[in-house]
Amino acid sequence: MASTTSPDRIKDLTTVLARQGILIAFILFMIGFGLVSDRFLTPENLMTVVRQSAIIGVMAIGVTVVVLSGNLDLSVGSMLSFATVLVVDLHDKLGAAPAIGVMLVATLCIGAINGFLVGFLRLNSLIVTLGMLSAIQGVTLIYSGGKNVDIADQETTWFAIFGRGEVLGMATPIVIFLGLAAIMHLVIAYTPYGRRIYAVGGNPTAAVFSGIRRNRVVFSTYLVSAFCVGIAAIILGSRVMGSQNNVGQGYELLVLSAVILGGTSLLGGSGTIWKTVIGVLILGFIQNGLLLLGFPYFAQWIVTWIVIILAVWLDVAAKRGRLFSPIA
Amino acid sequence: MTESEPTLRLEGIVKTFPGVRALDGVSFEVRAGEVHALLGENGAGKSTLMKVLAGMYQPDAGQIVVSGRPVVMRNPIEAKHNGVILIHQELSLAEEMSVAENIFLGELPRRRWGFVDWKSLHERVATILDKLNCDFGPRTRIDTLSIAKKQMVEIARALTHQARIVVFDEPTASLTDQEKVVLFDIIRDLQRDGVGIVYISHRMEEIFTISNRISVLRDGTHRGTLETAETDEDEVTRLMIGRSLSYERNREAPDVGDVALAVEGLSCGRLFDDIGFELRAGEVLGFYGLVGAGRTELAETLFGLRRPTAGRIVLGGSEARIDSSVEAIRQGISLVPESRKEQGLVLSMNCRDNMTLPQIDDLTAGPFVSNGGEIAIYDMYRDQLDIKAPSWRQLVQFLSGGNQQKIVIGKWLAMKPRVLIVDEPTRGIDVGSKAEIHNLLRELARSGYAVMVISSEMPEVLHVSDRIIAMYQGRITRQFTAAEVNEDNLVQAISGIGPGSGGKARPIGAQAA
Ligand SMILES: Nc1ncnc2c1ncn2[C@@H]1O[C@H](COP(=O)(O)OP(=O)(O)OP(=O)(O)O)[C@@H](O)[C@H]1O
Ligand SMILES: [Mg+2]
Repeated sequence: MASTTSPDRIKDLTTVLARQGILIAFILFMIGFGLVSDRFLTPENLMTVVRQSAIIGVMAIGVTVVVLSGNLDLSVGSMLSFATVLVVDLHDKLGAAPAIGVMLVATLCIGAINGFLVGFLRLNSLIVTLGMLSAIQGVTLIYSGGKNVDIADQETTWFAIFGRGEVLGMATPIVIFLGLAAIMHLVIAYTPYGRRIYAVGGNPTAAVFSGIRRNRVVFSTYLVSAFCVGIAAIILGSRVMGSQNNVGQGYELLVLSAVILGGTSLLGGSGTIWKTVIGVLILGFIQNGLLLLGFPYFAQWIVTWIVIILAVWLDVAAKRGRLFSPIA
Repeated sequence: MTESEPTLRLEGIVKTFPGVRALDGVSFEVRAGEVHALLGENGAGKSTLMKVLAGMYQPDAGQIVVSGRPVVMRNPIEAKHNGVILIHQELSLAEEMSVAENIFLGELPRRRWGFVDWKSLHERVATILDKLNCDFGPRTRIDTLSIAKKQMVEIARALTHQARIVVFDEPTASLTDQEKVVLFDIIRDLQRDGVGIVYISHRMEEIFTISNRISVLRDGTHRGTLETAETDEDEVTRLMIGRSLSYERNREAPDVGDVALAVEGLSCGRLFDDIGFELRAGEVLGFYGLVGAGRTELAETLFGLRRPTAGRIVLGGSEARIDSSVEAIRQGISLVPESRKEQGLVLSMNCRDNMTLPQIDDLTAGPFVSNGGEIAIYDMYRDQLDIKAPSWRQLVQFLSGGNQQKIVIGKWLAMKPRVLIVDEPTRGIDVGSKAEIHNLLRELARSGYAVMVISSEMPEVLHVSDRIIAMYQGRITRQFTAAEVNEDNLVQAISGIGPGSGGKARPIGAQAA
């Protein structure tokens, strides 16, 4: 039958489009914005976007690990507020190094509570972390007494290096973001620990039947997520040299958007760190491109939504092998 | 039967997947009122052919002719309208809905304003369930049913439609013997109504009981169609795998070593009670019983997934506390679980990663998983078990059912366990590989492994076991040696008729070797 070839080609095209959809979209975006705005594709602008994406990016790496194991972490936004307020406030009281240490320990404790509730008590992660989101907001406000915090001596402290400094000729946030991404990519893709995360996310029962301690694995992913938030807080606190009580508000959605854009399945078990990095960059470039084109700040939210829907649709289409499906 | 236009004709069907030519020009026909058995090795393309027929896959070439009329079926709904109904190899039910809702899913009877007419729904479903001799009602939730009962719901779903062709893809893989009898009655009813039936199974005795004709697929091609009455198992097997097989009872005298596993007075709530036995290195101990006899639960307890309420487990001479699967694996116990999709495999991972999962911690080079080490293990068991997959990168969800099962077996063999427990090891596996797995189990025993085989297939237990333990409702009713067991006393022992005719009841746990 002659007519069998053309649907076939369409199918192949769909598969390629869908598999590499995120990369193709990314490249098209860059070319599109580049054509319209001559300030967009300059090295300075590109570096600025990557640097601005670093905080979201570092958090998205942690959340990707949680999502891979089949759970969610919606508490990262308010955890970021808490961690940033804490590290900035303690900076002047204890000094930079102790402040960082105390902040990391406190953040890890929050992660441990999430991890305990979701991993060991097997409570629904959406409910646990959504509750944690508002609980930490409360803790932050009580701690700061509702006031914003500042670092007094902003010029001389070495704490400035994380947000404002440079390493190897690159802005430190970029180095931290990409470095952490590279390390986590290796851990998730190539170590036994990573393999266990994929197994638990893909089929928790089969993981247990394979001698994997499901509870511990889930617990550990929340520690990873909390640690990433701690790193993000260092960058943010150092960049701003102060903090509002609610700096992280709404970050959880941005972070989750980046993870979804990167193609990580919310059901767990599939996704990669490096694609999350692409997702983060797409978000960053959408925001930057639209601003350069003179759109209002809020326009990016609408465009991001459209891009996410497209990404999810292509992902599903790849699995079905066609763009539209008559069956659910 | 009169030779007229067949109800269904498939002509030159071709279907390819990336890296696999699953069907390579298959032609095949089904007459009204016949049961047409479809046989072939794992991965031969049986399920794929039927999915093409049911509109789930589009063929790359070829056509489907229903009652003399070429049809194109773009999806299962169109197939249903053409009278083609497929009962899947893998169950596909909405777990949180009732039996009735599942049976009429998508076409619930309505009253005015679009409200569901529950009364007529439940009445109609009750009638169908009655016909199937089911012991559950229309309101029962799916997730409270056993696998076998879910299968019955799946079958009930097919009976709601005016069907011209009904395809059963390995329907008996998880049915009990009684349920099987019911199923065969249903098939004969359908047959009498002039429905054409395609029946896929790896069980020869079923095929020879129920079918009129047999077609054999091999590597995606049609190898021939035989009249069932004019052929025998041997001919079919040769057509299927290119050689003959001999099925015999195990008569080997085991060369047994020390006690590898001893269980004393083990109980777990109402699941099983006061279980005692010894398993020695070098022997295969069969556990035979009806579904629900507590064998799987016993295995899960030995593997640390359930806590016993009483009793002791002694491993290699010293008492073992096995409170998790991690501990069980460390102590050298492997369990090939009953349900490959739910318990055995991570469907979203590839073949190699599934196979090496339990030992991933030991397969490292520095901090990383050793690629070479993993591939070596995969290659070894792929060859040993004859696993058909385009490469180790293939996700296990795309393997045929039988090849998935082989991955699970390979995964646990690769652990080189002290005690290997296999629960229904050959469910959905073709005759050739089944014989290989049986030989493999024998061979493992010969090389010093202690093997525990749970099976609901009598020929299987008889074939592989040195000793057989019969269980009934959570208790051991009798232990047999290979020499004293026969089909009669085994059937009696598992149906609770007691030690029965001439058998000497053995006190539990007192089996001396
Ligand atoms: N969706 C898919 N994607 C890729 N390959 C597939 C897919 N479905 C089936 N295959 C491949 O096609 C071949 C035929 O598979 P099929 O399921 O039809 O076998 P089968 O004869 O039903 O085997 P079994 O007896 O084990 O159920 C196998 O090699 C299988 O791996
Ligand atoms: Mg099949």
